[in-house]
Amino acid sequence: MEAGQVAEPVPSALGERLKEELRRRPWLGAIGVILLIFLALVAGEGLHAVAQTGLNGLSLGAIYALGAVGLTLVYGILKLVNFAHGDFLTFGAYMAYLVNVTWGAPLVVAIFWAMLMTALLGIVLERVLWSPMRAKRAGLLQFLLMAIGLAFLLRAVFQWFWGTEIRALDVNTTSSVEFLGLRIGQTELIVVIVGIVVLVAVGIGLRLTLLGKQMRALSDDLELAETAGIDTRRVILWTWVFAGGLAGLAGVMAASVTSLFPEMGFELLLPIFAAVVLGGIGDAFGALVAGMVIGVMTEWSTLVIEARWKTGVGFLVLVIVLIVRPQGIFGRAKAI
Amino acid sequence: MTPDPGTIAPLAVSLESLTDIDFWISVGVLAGIYAIVALGLQVNTGFTGIVNFGAAAFMAIGAYSMAILVLEAGISFWLSLPLAMLTTMLFGVLVGLPSLRLRADYFAIATIAMAEVVRLFAQNARDLTGGNQGLFCADDDPSNCYTNDWRDVSESINDFVANFWSDPSTLFPLLLVIWVTVGIATVGLGYLQKTPWGRVLRAIREDEDAARALGKNTLLFKLQSLALAALLGAIGGFFLALNLATLHPIDFEPLITFFAFSVLVLGGLANYKGVAVGAVLFWFVIEGTRFIELPDPPFTETRIAALRLAITGLLLIGLMAFRPQGLFGNRQEMVLGE
Repeated sequence: MEAGQVAEPVPSALGERLKEELRRRPWLGAIGVILLIFLALVAGEGLHAVAQTGLNGLSLGAIYALGAVGLTLVYGILKLVNFAHGDFLTFGAYMAYLVNVTWGAPLVVAIFWAMLMTALLGIVLERVLWSPMRAKRAGLLQFLLMAIGLAFLLRAVFQWFWGTEIRALDVNTTSSVEFLGLRIGQTELIVVIVGIVVLVAVGIGLRLTLLGKQMRALSDDLELAETAGIDTRRVILWTWVFAGGLAGLAGVMAASVTSLFPEMGFELLLPIFAAVVLGGIGDAFGALVAGMVIGVMTEWSTLVIEARWKTGVGFLVLVIVLIVRPQGIFGRAKAI
Repeated sequence: MTPDPGTIAPLAVSLESLTDIDFWISVGVLAGIYAIVALGLQVNTGFTGIVNFGAAAFMAIGAYSMAILVLEAGISFWLSLPLAMLTTMLFGVLVGLPSLRLRADYFAIATIAMAEVVRLFAQNARDLTGGNQGLFCADDDPSNCYTNDWRDVSESINDFVANFWSDPSTLFPLLLVIWVTVGIATVGLGYLQKTPWGRVLRAIREDEDAARALGKNTLLFKLQSLALAALLGAIGGFFLALNLATLHPIDFEPLITFFAFSVLVLGGLANYKGVAVGAVLFWFVIEGTRFIELPDPPFTETRIAALRLAITGLLLIGLMAFRPQGLFGNRQEMVLGE
């Protein structure tokens, strides 16, 4: 990557400064790209349309971001590409369905139950599957295929108990809120607010609490963290609690604003992966920001292309980032 | 094919479908198709050490380009096959060029994303692919279907077979051609693996830096490995297209790739001959759920489908936990990652 810059013949002073700045703070480049897209869309479609679609994208972005935090932490700490993470979201959603629709309890109770059960699922799987496999010193392919097998197994369980029909949680889907000439569904608004509050809390928690610092230390270098006297076993378990709980919440949110079916989580997995990669693998803050960005971009895309193509945005971001900048927008250049 | 459940005692094995030759031929067709695709994955994962999760995309591009060339461009079926193979190999190289530089886990994610992009395209580019309606015959001429030329050949094969077997199954010629292809591919790949070219692939799997230090252009070899898998994927796609007679985007979902991976790891990594055995065993088990008569309720149609998904999942988990080398794999020759 650096080689091309060395060969450059006498660049202008401004170009040089810009390049230096971009190398030190790569996310500036990302902000620049997003700003350009924003301005181009405003020029073409008008501010109102851009603001309205951006607002629609926030609820999707919150779901991606919440899903991505857990996935990226697990990836960073355990070097495990958890292909079953999408099915954690579905698990949470069906748990909420059980409480909210089957037993008729309020949605708030259902959310906590879903988070609790998904966190528990994470712990159980760590104990029976991942920890023994790490002890066996299993290879990359073993972990990848095992995670995929787990994803199928979970989906089979959903299909066994709830069938393939599309279900919905007991949420208000009709009323909407209007402000500044923009309109957002009441449920979407709640999802956005809950999402942002939780995301900010997660961000602060990771930065300020001891556990958050330990998680980030493990994500940086697990062996070094262990040498430094961190109880890695405990932190790993908490990571699963964290990843599972947030995935459960994201699943309930996804089921509230869209619909619930066995493949719901798997369909969300690739955009979530896109957020993880864009944010830099193992970087929880990066995943939060990138998730929101991809959500908003997905809705923005409907201004220029037909809505049926919009799921392609997540794939496109994933592919482009992997090709251009696999370490993500916040990551430092290292061997990927 | 499925007998009336009311006439069968619960949990009994239905003899009718056990002895139904058509049923076994259809299982053999599926097994053969997945054996061909899994042979391609064996080249990639077993011998080059690249974890390719995009096999479904190769099958989709092979099948769709064949059908589109026949129906939209009016090219003959036989000419469309090599053209579709070339298209798929080109796609493999184009995907590989940027993504093969990535670490193995990133590559796996990149390939599964590519496969979903292809499926999304098949779903939404309705003018070309027919979208979710499927692709079967030309819109303006319902008698012009991509299966026509094959049907003629298939009938003449069965005319000959009728000398030995009165009233042969209509699927029998497809089974025959598929398994001849599996045989040729298995022998051919085994031979290729013993050439200097094959040894470089293994060197890359064991230690890419060392291979590079010896002056090998490893990216070029990995691209060739991917193109070979694309070729086999396209052939698998043709047979799938002939077997289904209508192409739908749903037939190329990521699950298809992982069926092929189950076949691969069941047969064993780094062993071409094991693939065919893995394919037959896997599809025997998966389709076997059809001839055990399960009472309905609780075994509804969706629950039996769920059961098949669960078997695939448990098989993958179990193999990776207890026997990662599969039935005939070589433990010393396994890519176990870092």
